[in-house]
Amino acid sequence: MSLELHDVSYRYAGAAEPSLRRVTLRLERGEVLGVVGPNGAGKSTLGLVAVGLAPATIGGRLGGRVSIDGMVTSGKHQHELAVRAGILFQQPEAQLSGSAPTVWEEVAFGPRNLGLPLDDVIARAWTAIDDLAIGHLVERDPGRLSGGQAQLVALASVLALRPAYLILDEPTSQLDPEGATLVGAAIQRAAERTGAGVLLVEHRTDLIERLCHRAALLVEGALRIVGPATEVLAESDLDEAGVGPPSAVRLRRAIEGAGIAWRAEWRA
Amino acid sequence: MLALTIALAFWSGTWRGFRPYLIVLTPLVGSIMLINTFLYPGAEQVLLSVGPFDATREGLTAAAQAALRVIAFAVSVGLFALSTRTDELVDDLEQRGLGRRPVFVVSAAVGTVPRLAERAREIVDSQRARGMDTEGSVLRRVRGLLPLAGPLVLSALTEVEQRTMALEARAFGAPGRRTILRHHPDTPAQRALRWGLAALTVALIGLALGGHLAWLP
Repeated sequence: MSLELHDVSYRYAGAAEPSLRRVTLRLERGEVLGVVGPNGAGKSTLGLVAVGLAPATIGGRLGGRVSIDGMVTSGKHQHELAVRAGILFQQPEAQLSGSAPTVWEEVAFGPRNLGLPLDDVIARAWTAIDDLAIGHLVERDPGRLSGGQAQLVALASVLALRPAYLILDEPTSQLDPEGATLVGAAIQRAAERTGAGVLLVEHRTDLIERLCHRAALLVEGALRIVGPATEVLAESDLDEAGVGPPSAVRLRRAIEGAGIAWRAEWRA
Repeated sequence: MLALTIALAFWSGTWRGFRPYLIVLTPLVGSIMLINTFLYPGAEQVLLSVGPFDATREGLTAAAQAALRVIAFAVSVGLFALSTRTDELVDDLEQRGLGRRPVFVVSAAVGTVPRLAERAREIVDSQRARGMDTEGSVLRRVRGLLPLAGPLVLSALTEVEQRTMALEARAFGAPGRRTILRHHPDTPAQRALRWGLAALTVALIGLALGGHLAWLP
């Protein structure tokens, strides 16, 4: 059971160059896979392609094959894919429906769209709210939340569809440090409680290091390295690509640079 | 109609909320009154002269009629907006079979106005913080609107693309009817009033088309 991109290339409509070049990547259920890369590397495009929004909703040209648990996404309706793979975008406010008067109804928006029985809608909404511990927000107007709170509500809205895979496209990039910490903890909790496979596109490598089992480096639309997160994040390729390594790696380099031998137990 | 609407506004206690509607209406009604009173074509009975312009009885009558129609329309809209909860209206429309897209357009439009106003305030505040003078004379205020329009429109357009994708990713395009969250009571009296008003509207249109309401101003 996995979300797979096999030899995937993608070019936006009207673009001269492809944004993804022959990407092959597999995301298992229960796994958290981080994707890092410089600006314009194609990280967000990778997320859109993985959930089928590209090319189905935004157009463009897709080569290769994307499949979710064996089902090829090409030619499928977006609502069929939405229950299998959900996506969270960067801007918190822009992904709320703008039509729900309360946070609870915002979270219930997706299950309602599926026309599920009312009891099921209620159960899904409350489960997602409980998973992210945002019960104190349910009566609030979604348009009047802080950035971090709005991002949690958007994540709960995605979780309420109970997708087997979650694509998180730089979910903390628009947030202040407090909001980023809040959302980082929520992602960890959601991954543990739902058992979904999580593809976390992030420029904050500290978060990748903390949450991810594996990591991948994407440069100019092509995968440069894929492997265990701690190893990938320590690669010198990251610096060459303009991606700042996590604090622990920087600290280790500074210690070694001062001529002090690094000891493994310091890592803990 | 205007008297009935005003009576309903007092009866329902919504009259206190009419102030913004009346403020918005003032320049429109003022211009209707001025233009009709002083520039009504073919009018002969002059009431008074202001420079080269004559205020006429025919113009004043036409102005009063037009202004009363506009006020009646605006007050009716205000009464509807102030006495109806949007979420209940939308729920009910959906329950009666209105598709998810029109329902979304209604509810999103209602929610968008205050959010756009809030964003406009944020943009103005940030421009003030960078030294732009957006207060004072009318000319200064108008000048202040220009740098506001660009960021406001552009950010709204940028948001549309992401919101579209977010909606699609939340199964907004799924076929069939959405789950109804609330069922609102519909009493026999409410039903009778609705049908009665619909019948009255049809009857008035019929009478007007038949020329039986020509005596009305």
